[in-house]
Amino acid sequence: MNRRLLLGIPLVAAGAAGVAFYAMLHGMETGTFDPRGTNSMLIDKPLPDFTLAGFTSADVRAAGHPVVINFFASWCVPCVDEAPTLMALAQAGVSLWGIAYKDKPAATDAFLARHGNPFTRLARDEPGTVAIDWGVTGVPESYLIDANGIVRWRFTGPLPLAATKILAEKLHA
Amino acid sequence: MIAELGHFALALAVAFAVVQAILPLWGAWRGEARLMQAAPALAIGQAIALIVSFGCLVAVSVNDDFSVSNIYENSNTLKPLLYKITGAWGSHEGSILFWCLVLSLCGGAVALFGNPLPSGLRARVIGILGVTACGFEAFCLTESNPFTRIWPPPANGQDMNPLLQDPGLAFHPPMLYAGYVGFAIPFAFAVAALLEGRIDAAWGRWVRPWTLGAWCCLTGGIALGSWWSYYVLGWGGFWFWDPVENASLLPWLTGTALLHSAIVVEKREALKTWTVLLAIGTFALSLSGTFLVRSGILNSVHSFANDPARGVFILGLLALIIGGALLIFAIRAPTLGSSGLFAPVSREGALVLNNILLCSIAAVVMTGTIYPLFTDLLTSEKISVGPPFFNATVLPLATPVFLAMSLGPTLSWKRAALAPAMMRLWWAALIALAVAGIASFGMNALPAFAMGAAAWMVAGAVAEIVERIRLFRVPVANSLQRLVALPLSTFGTTLGHAGLGVTIAGIAGMSMAASQIVLMHPGDSIPLAGYDFKLLDLHDAKGSNYNARVADIAISRKGVPVVTLSPERRAFTTQTMTTTEAKIHTNLLADLYVVLGDERDGAAVMRLHWNPLAPWIWLGALIMALGGACSLVDRRLRIAAPTRASVRVGTLRA
Repeated sequence: MNRRLLLGIPLVAAGAAGVAFYAMLHGMETGTFDPRGTNSMLIDKPLPDFTLAGFTSADVRAAGHPVVINFFASWCVPCVDEAPTLMALAQAGVSLWGIAYKDKPAATDAFLARHGNPFTRLARDEPGTVAIDWGVTGVPESYLIDANGIVRWRFTGPLPLAATKILAEKLHA
Repeated sequence: MIAELGHFALALAVAFAVVQAILPLWGAWRGEARLMQAAPALAIGQAIALIVSFGCLVAVSVNDDFSVSNIYENSNTLKPLLYKITGAWGSHEGSILFWCLVLSLCGGAVALFGNPLPSGLRARVIGILGVTACGFEAFCLTESNPFTRIWPPPANGQDMNPLLQDPGLAFHPPMLYAGYVGFAIPFAFAVAALLEGRIDAAWGRWVRPWTLGAWCCLTGGIALGSWWSYYVLGWGGFWFWDPVENASLLPWLTGTALLHSAIVVEKREALKTWTVLLAIGTFALSLSGTFLVRSGILNSVHSFANDPARGVFILGLLALIIGGALLIFAIRAPTLGSSGLFAPVSREGALVLNNILLCSIAAVVMTGTIYPLFTDLLTSEKISVGPPFFNATVLPLATPVFLAMSLGPTLSWKRAALAPAMMRLWWAALIALAVAGIASFGMNALPAFAMGAAAWMVAGAVAEIVERIRLFRVPVANSLQRLVALPLSTFGTTLGHAGLGVTIAGIAGMSMAASQIVLMHPGDSIPLAGYDFKLLDLHDAKGSNYNARVADIAISRKGVPVVTLSPERRAFTTQTMTTTEAKIHTNLLADLYVVLGDERDGAAVMRLHWNPLAPWIWLGALIMALGGACSLVDRRLRIAAPTRASVRVGTLRA
């Protein structure tokens, strides 16, 4: 092989690795790449059935438009971090439905009064059983359900601001 | 005030680095002797600025100045003084500053000890170190400033992760960083040589001591880290193929290869292009390891706060430094001529084999470490690669290294005959077979084989000395005379090779380890591996920033007391975290290792281990590092043979 080409291989290899690492970092920022988590089993499956006081799985399916379901709790510190992002998403027209996870109703209400209430509808999962069916790994955690009631996306941890973009793309896809 | 002084010194260092990155390289390019002469002063100035800056960080930490955010997040008034000092490099921000400090000290060292170098080469080396330093110091100043204040100042700090409050860990990062960053010097030499378009024996001779120094530190750093995980994490293991461990092993493997290929450049002026690539690659791996850990891409016990934004900055820096070096390599390397032909069976041939095998191991380890990331990125499929993969792939590649290691030094340069070399090692082979045979009674086939290989390495390393002093073939007095006259670097090789043998023996010995997890009441006695472990008492104790629960365990052998160990479980008050404090008794042949677990109804879960040959793992690493140090003090390496041979560079166009 041409010696000149041969000696260029390290540069090309390092360049490819660099591009891949950039894609990983970018993905970590926007929530499309998570080196630590495992994929949700729900992706591309219908949302699990549940009945809570605030809303039921049937309500989500009947919504007729994409819905983001957000598991949160008043005792969860990252949820405080996430609150402004959720408010921004709500203002951008994203339909956010909240499920308060293992939380006293009074505490949930105080939390929403303090940090703003971005949720169109609110349900309370005080025993945390619905969260088990969803496979929630912790709070906050968000799921995107499309108009047909199929789970399209899951994000663990506080939604990054960049999620607005990703969500918009997914919602229009 | 002290924090601002440190901040200012850091900014000053960046200014020095910028000038250091431009003037010497410009001068060397234009042949301006005066600009080139400025290089050492700039490098020393930068080093002094960073020493002051880092000193300020330590002072701020010792003074408990919690108005500095970095100190607030990682310190506490109750933290012992030692950890207030070492905590300066324990946090993300502090460690980056420390990183810059080591890099600037490297530049300072080249400036101070680089007198024998031709002034053009020295200017280029210092200039390239300046480019590297400039990037990282700018990162430290803008993205991860350790001197940022917070307002209002909190009354007390959040304290350091208790797992890190340990003497072993206090010195693991600085050693490791000295190793990682030390490879910046061979890297700078490589890029400078590419710029000059000239690599000769003298270049090989200049590069080797720097490589050796970095390699010693890296060896020590990895060993300390492994030792820490052995006795602090309380799992009783010493190497987990954790991605971050792998990230430190990769530059060690390629650095070892570099150490050997530089010999060929020095003695025979062959393998030049390859050596230059290894020097660039080793530093590239050091940098990427740091990057992968800091950005949170690699997942491990070593997690710093996850911050992809910082990751992007570091990635940009890497692209600049590694990409730039490889671009220069791609353009200039074809002009480096090769000379020094040699037969496949020769000293050079053995060193090439060493390089191929070490780099193959590095490739395999790298694949196992980053493959899961790439499949996740490309296919969103999560897979995990664990110890079985590494054990299965590294061992077949390591075996020929072990076998060839004793043979290599006995071969002559250019062309050698295999048979006479093997004949000279007959007694080493005999010892190896005997050891493997004896070991096979107590061990499985694989560890027994490893024991044999270890014996072969140690005996082979000694054989090299025996051969050189012609022991038993000339009168003993004559042999002694020859021994004294041997260059220190010969002992360096021997110690380095024998040290690896000792480590391998330790790893093989660990395969016989016995352990038991038992529920013990005070007064209970458990037999394990010929020892009796008796739980005497469970009681409370108080430390400076933690409360401890202590178990006293008396260990005896056939009724004769051996030792009483007191493992602890510590509850740290500020961080509300519990750590286990394993206690170890060693007689250098085996470790007795006890851990206190949870308690129930007056009984405690105890983990008892007997780890045969475990101390040899780190003893071997220590011997290897000593071997490196031995070579390093060899005068022949420091006094360059072609002294001042190229003064002409300085007088060029002056």
